[in-house]
Amino acid sequence: MPVILWTDALIYLLVSAGIGFVIYVRRHEHLRAPWRQMMRSRLGMSAAVVLSAYVLIGLLDSMHFHPRLERSEGGVGYSAEILSVFDVIMTPMRTKVEKTYSAPFATHLYAKESIELPGGQQIRDYRRLVYGGSHLEDVADRPRDIALTSLRAVAEGIAVSLLLSAALLSLLARRAGVSFRAKLTSVLRGHEPVPWAVILGTASVLVVLGFLVARLGAGYHIFGTDKVGQDVLFQGLKSIRTGLVIGTLTTLVMLPFAIFLGIPAGYFRGWVDDTIQYIYTTLNSIPGVLLIAAAILMLQVYMTTHAERFENVAARADMRLLFLCIILGITSWTGLCRLLRGETLKLREVEYIQAAHAFGVGSFSIILRHILPNVMHIVLITVVLDFSGLVLAEAVLSYVNIGVDPSTVSWGNMINSARLEMAREPIVWWSLAAAFVFMFTLVLSANLFSDAVRDAFDPRIRKD
Amino acid sequence: MAEPLLRIEDLRTWLDVPAGAVRAVDGIDLQLERGQTFALLGESGCGKSMTALSVMRLLPAAGRIVSGSVRLDGQDLLGLVEMAMRRVRGGRLAMIFQEPQSCLNPVLSVGDQISESLRSHQGLKGSRARARCLELLDAVGIPDPVRRLGEYPHQLSGGMKQRVMIAIALAGEPDLLIADEPTTALDVTIQAQVLELLRDLQRKTGMAILLITHDLGVVAEMADRVAVMYAGHVVEQATCRQFFQAPKHPYAEKLFASLPSVNKREHHLEIIHGSVPSLVQVFQGCRFQPRCDRAWESCKTREPRWSDAGNGHSVRCHLYGPLAASGPLPTVDRKVKPPPGASRLSQPGTPLMRIRDLKVHFPIRKGVLKRLVGSVRAVDGLSLDIHSGHTLALVGESGCGKTTAGKGLLQLIRPSGGSVRFESDELTALRGQALRRRRRDMQIIFQDPYASMNPRMMIGEIIEEGMLAQGIGGGREQRQSEVDELLNRVGLSPDAKERYPHEFSGGQRQRICIARALAVRPRLVVCDEPTSALDVSVQAQILNLLRELQSRMGLAYLFITHNLSVVEYLAHDVAVMYLGRLVEQGTVEEVLNRPKHPYTQALLSAVPVVEPKSRREVIRLEGDLPSPASPPKGCHFHPRCPEAKPICGEQYPEEVGFSDSHRVRCWLYGS
Repeated sequence: MPVILWTDALIYLLVSAGIGFVIYVRRHEHLRAPWRQMMRSRLGMSAAVVLSAYVLIGLLDSMHFHPRLERSEGGVGYSAEILSVFDVIMTPMRTKVEKTYSAPFATHLYAKESIELPGGQQIRDYRRLVYGGSHLEDVADRPRDIALTSLRAVAEGIAVSLLLSAALLSLLARRAGVSFRAKLTSVLRGHEPVPWAVILGTASVLVVLGFLVARLGAGYHIFGTDKVGQDVLFQGLKSIRTGLVIGTLTTLVMLPFAIFLGIPAGYFRGWVDDTIQYIYTTLNSIPGVLLIAAAILMLQVYMTTHAERFENVAARADMRLLFLCIILGITSWTGLCRLLRGETLKLREVEYIQAAHAFGVGSFSIILRHILPNVMHIVLITVVLDFSGLVLAEAVLSYVNIGVDPSTVSWGNMINSARLEMAREPIVWWSLAAAFVFMFTLVLSANLFSDAVRDAFDPRIRKD
Repeated sequence: MAEPLLRIEDLRTWLDVPAGAVRAVDGIDLQLERGQTFALLGESGCGKSMTALSVMRLLPAAGRIVSGSVRLDGQDLLGLVEMAMRRVRGGRLAMIFQEPQSCLNPVLSVGDQISESLRSHQGLKGSRARARCLELLDAVGIPDPVRRLGEYPHQLSGGMKQRVMIAIALAGEPDLLIADEPTTALDVTIQAQVLELLRDLQRKTGMAILLITHDLGVVAEMADRVAVMYAGHVVEQATCRQFFQAPKHPYAEKLFASLPSVNKREHHLEIIHGSVPSLVQVFQGCRFQPRCDRAWESCKTREPRWSDAGNGHSVRCHLYGPLAASGPLPTVDRKVKPPPGASRLSQPGTPLMRIRDLKVHFPIRKGVLKRLVGSVRAVDGLSLDIHSGHTLALVGESGCGKTTAGKGLLQLIRPSGGSVRFESDELTALRGQALRRRRRDMQIIFQDPYASMNPRMMIGEIIEEGMLAQGIGGGREQRQSEVDELLNRVGLSPDAKERYPHEFSGGQRQRICIARALAVRPRLVVCDEPTSALDVSVQAQILNLLRELQSRMGLAYLFITHNLSVVEYLAHDVAVMYLGRLVEQGTVEEVLNRPKHPYTQALLSAVPVVEPKSRREVIRLEGDLPSPASPPKGCHFHPRCPEAKPICGEQYPEEVGFSDSHRVRCWLYGS
């Protein structure tokens, strides 16, 4: 039985808005031109491929449902638990829960404990893991097993990506009306406007990584397990949705504020401008963390007093995530608002706006038809640049315990729980490392992508 | 023969763009003698600035010199290493640019900027450098140089900044000064001052000047020799006298013919069809051939070589070459079209628009509480009558308030006082919906055709906008056909509708702006310098179009301009503005032929003229336009007036009438 959480609904809305935007851009030549330019950037396209892999995981993780339960007395019931499609795909990793900490690729637990031998004798030793490396007869075989499995996964990954690339290239060749061979050479030599070689290369690396995770993950915990024995790699992948939700939904909250306050402030000037400026200067002068902490604490109180309104833990956690997005959005619109006000101040003196005045066009249509389309590039650039900042902000807020619900898997929570273990000897480093790797990849590719977008929209750098 | 100072041979400079190489300079040869002023004349995009930048080796990143040589006094500049070139640049070779604002560093004082050049090229420091700075500022005619030395660029006016630029250029004691459109950004009276200064300095120092300009008038005033550039090529070279007596190349002839002037009032201006060709292509025949009326077969297939027309006057055209006999010399008479009907009108009774004592003041506020500390009187008591079917020209220097006046009477800027009556309606009292409905009768065409269209709308939408806002043109189909009709009327094809503004050239864009204004069927159009951003040949097209539309539709124009030759050609009445007030008004003949006010006289005398025979004495105006925030007491013009009397400094003069139409405000004629 499908379940639509609040954030799911908003994500679907965002995705459909994105698709609508793409269709709109495709119909308008002047809007297509910068994107076409963007498609030519090698780094940008490579980052886009990585980003789309993240988005894919995030979307799969946003399709929730109650799993069906076969009742013993016949008939069908639904479990109270909420799972996502991504959870189902990752079932082996999700369900292989150890007792407590284990290191990456370990076969034994990380700490010694008392083990009762069949003879009734007790010794203190590292206990063998329930799942990690359980298929090994002899623990000494582990390096060989890992190497062989990885080799096999890499070979499979390369084969699959070659097949996919060939399929794509033949499609491209058919479209361009040239032979497959000609297309291949032109792609390899970089004669194409779009850097297909880079795109396919990045995609192939991702496919190979996917195979590695699937093959090795079946037998081992690649990034180890955490305190309660959950697979850390699985947690890292689950956190992607949280990161994306915070990065994108927050902008959805922020945009109306920035646009509907920034543009009128610049356009009408006078007391409108003064009022709006006072609002955002005041807001800006209150430390953001303070506001967020206050709001989240208020929400917490509300949730504990009205516990009956939330069906289950997932709905509760989701509400908190949504609320975090809203409060982050409310504290972060001022920068964009200020930029839009400045740009509008400049635009309102431009002659085409004056010409529209001379025609007697009303203020509302001037804002809608003349000003808004001409500031959209600023909005776009800011949104893309802000995304990575917001993902990082989530981590920081969770660290100080005012971020997402503790039951929500997020990079911030992973770091927060890993913090205590940094002091112990021997040190538990893998939770932190996993969160770092995933976050680093996302933020780096988002930054590279936004750089490419900014360059493409900057008329001073535009080449044609 | 001695080596010339500058010898350019077969210079080719290409710019790399995605579409290929733009051959911005495509094989030019020039020679410049010592002490000579050599003018490089051409329209925008013909490669004249690229030539100068190639000589200086200051090309943009995408540019490269493909072949050729540039020799300064026998020394090959293109072969020099950058270190050595840096000593030549600013030393023996100096350059001044069009925009003095952007060439001066706003955070360094004038003295620092001149000393910088002195230090690197003359090795002068400390008090000696300071003394030399003072000398230089004095030489370029800056009053009170001791004070100016410590001032910053924003404290100087445009003309002053250009003088400072010249002083910096002179600091290296150059043999050759390259002046790239040095006066284009300046007003005529300031232009006259700067040109005079350049001539003066040349006489004293004996330096040569390479003058790059599009203005035939400036060439006629300044140059000894002229080279005409077209599409990366030099097409004609001659001494100034020969060139202005009889230009040979059809392109040069056309340029002269397309200049508006009073003699051509009764006719259409000559125009050059088409536009400048793209320089990405490799040319087969003559570059001008597609736009030339006199081209024949050979012009398409063979590139013309230089042919001598006597006395060092050489032309690159088959008309004067060995092929001239082979080609059927075209006999197309320049048909002088009959004058458009309504160029002479009897004075009609009631004016369409009546402006009385219009005032536009901008408050100056200061401090935390934004107290009013004064006001900029941009327009300060303007009275005009605009009649149907007539063109009233509003003339004045930049900053005199003429654009503000135009916007004020259209209520784009709300006036602070006075009355603007359009037929029976008092516009200053109209508000909201009533004013918006009235707007269909009055339209405006702006100076910059690039900024006056929303880059993100298609031409069809742009033209339709006014109709939609005013609710005219009926249904969608009907509006579309009206848009087609409008595009036809301004000489564009209807399929322009589906395209975006950036796909059009400056002249075409201005046509679209005119079509957009006409879409609401206005009766008065304010033209705010509609041609000053355009080349001469394109300007002629627009002026013809405006006149034709006037005679067909009986439009009234308020033509705001600083270009007096356009006024002579187009206007019926003229009003001259100075610092927010009118100083003289009357019919075109009265004001331009018998100017009474000393300011009008000076303005007229400062315009560079093309005809060499009609050289006149330039009345030099001292100083610059005062600030409209604190206009001088008495007659605003008296501090600069050559004929000022004591009373001028005390009281603003009353209006004196010379005829029904001709009125002047000056104490010379008062009682």
